[in-house]
Amino acid sequence: MSVLPAAPPAAWAERPSVAVRARRLWTRVATMSLAELRKIRHDRTELYVRAIQPALWLLIFGVTFSRIHAVPTPNGIPYLDYLSPGIMAQSALFIAIFYGIQIIWERDFGILTKLLATPTPRAALVTGKSFAAGVRATSQMVVVLILSAIMGVSFDWNPLHLLAAAAAVVIASAFFSSLSMFIAGLVLTRERLMGIGQAITMPLFFASNALYPVALMPAAIRWLAYVNPLSYEVAALRTLLIGLPSNLLVDFAALIGSAIVAIAAASSLLGRLAR
Amino acid sequence: MTDTPAVECRELAYAFGTLRAVDGISFDVRAGEVFGLLGPNGAGKTTTIRILTTLIDPAEGTAEIFGLDTTHHRMQVRQMLGYVPQQLSIDGQLTGYENVWMFTRLFDVPRRERRTRAEDALASMGLADAAGRLAATYSGGMIRRLELAQALVNRPRLLILDEPTIGLDPVARRSVWERVEQLRGETGMTVLLTTHYMEEADALCDRVALMHRGRIRAMGAPAALKDALGPGATLEDVFASVTDDHDIDEGSLRDVRVARRTAGRVG
Repeated sequence: MSVLPAAPPAAWAERPSVAVRARRLWTRVATMSLAELRKIRHDRTELYVRAIQPALWLLIFGVTFSRIHAVPTPNGIPYLDYLSPGIMAQSALFIAIFYGIQIIWERDFGILTKLLATPTPRAALVTGKSFAAGVRATSQMVVVLILSAIMGVSFDWNPLHLLAAAAAVVIASAFFSSLSMFIAGLVLTRERLMGIGQAITMPLFFASNALYPVALMPAAIRWLAYVNPLSYEVAALRTLLIGLPSNLLVDFAALIGSAIVAIAAASSLLGRLAR
Repeated sequence: MTDTPAVECRELAYAFGTLRAVDGISFDVRAGEVFGLLGPNGAGKTTTIRILTTLIDPAEGTAEIFGLDTTHHRMQVRQMLGYVPQQLSIDGQLTGYENVWMFTRLFDVPRRERRTRAEDALASMGLADAAGRLAATYSGGMIRRLELAQALVNRPRLLILDEPTIGLDPVARRSVWERVEQLRGETGMTVLLTTHYMEEADALCDRVALMHRGRIRAMGAPAALKDALGPGATLEDVFASVTDDHDIDEGSLRDVRVARRTAGRVG
């Protein structure tokens, strides 16, 4: 049997180099993302069930608003084309914003304490979990992409654009899931997190460019859309998938910046869940 | 074997608000022994374990694992630990193998060794045949053995088991005891376990510390503690003699919830 007690490997130095830290962070992110992929593979029910809501948004809201021409779209593109990336971002948001519930569930079942007792820095754990949420959200994006294509939305199928769109969804989901884990560290119970999640999800969705151009919003609340990372995710998706012009550099910088801040905030409160 | 104690606690203390959960305890665990922290719910056992696993810092005192301070050398301490928490902490949405494989990666086991380590750990716990099944389909005893397999992948020098048989039926409990005995026999690994089952401590431990209300009331080999009390004495009698029997808490809501949740997952 090869479970003989051994001294810690020499690599476990007192102050590891930046390269060693980066490699460990990557291992954790890859581990948790791969575990999430395997969970999706073992049980696809959630994937199908979660497809219902975006399908209804596209089928009912999208089709109706296309018919009444209520929303003036840039360059006069069909409303369903305009709406589809917004619904992709929304369904990813809905998955990520409740990810903190999973952390509380893992706390209750001892999984979190066991993970925290491995040589995994808290920031690496939160980053790993947030990218795992991104993996789940990306699977949702694929479902909405297929649904939209069936409904006649004309996408740019350039593989590089699709990959970049998936990256935008992963990074935005990393922000929203870390925000959720931060709130979990504050409120500590599933019930409270559920309440807060429900309270902020719709405002986040409506105070963005997911359903309509920001220019249509009253000037007094337009700033909400500009500080809302969901807007940058939707803008990036529209540029990459349906060719609407936007500054991708600004979009990705906003998404990456907000994700780093949220991960740092969630990491600082993770210890509260382990007490 | 080394002369450095596996665990060395000095005047360790931790408080939740005004409640001193751990109230200035000192004890050593010698390398290679099975040491038990015994006591009823709320005695301070799990808080002590949380300090030793670096999850919380002590408010006072120090704790060292093989000479490394748990506050200042967190990552190095964690690298030496195998830890099985009180709750049944496997991920039911992953297979047995995937649960263990995940920990080979989290402990930075070299890529080429991951599969072998995971398979060896599963085989040593008698789970080779069930490795491909979703862990949600495992029985309570199998889940505990899977957790032991997870805890072994980094070849720990110290295995920490927090209430390893809580919520398990007698057969599953016996199978966990056998695996701990087997590990100890085959590897000489140091084991620190907490339990509130006196017969478990009697069966498994070389030495025990009896904890009550955050303090250690007695410490020594189970046989020596019983002999000191008189012929026919049990560990329960020893415990009653060092505490006021009627003074024992019945456990907080949190303790009861943990035990029921664990029992609920076992089914």
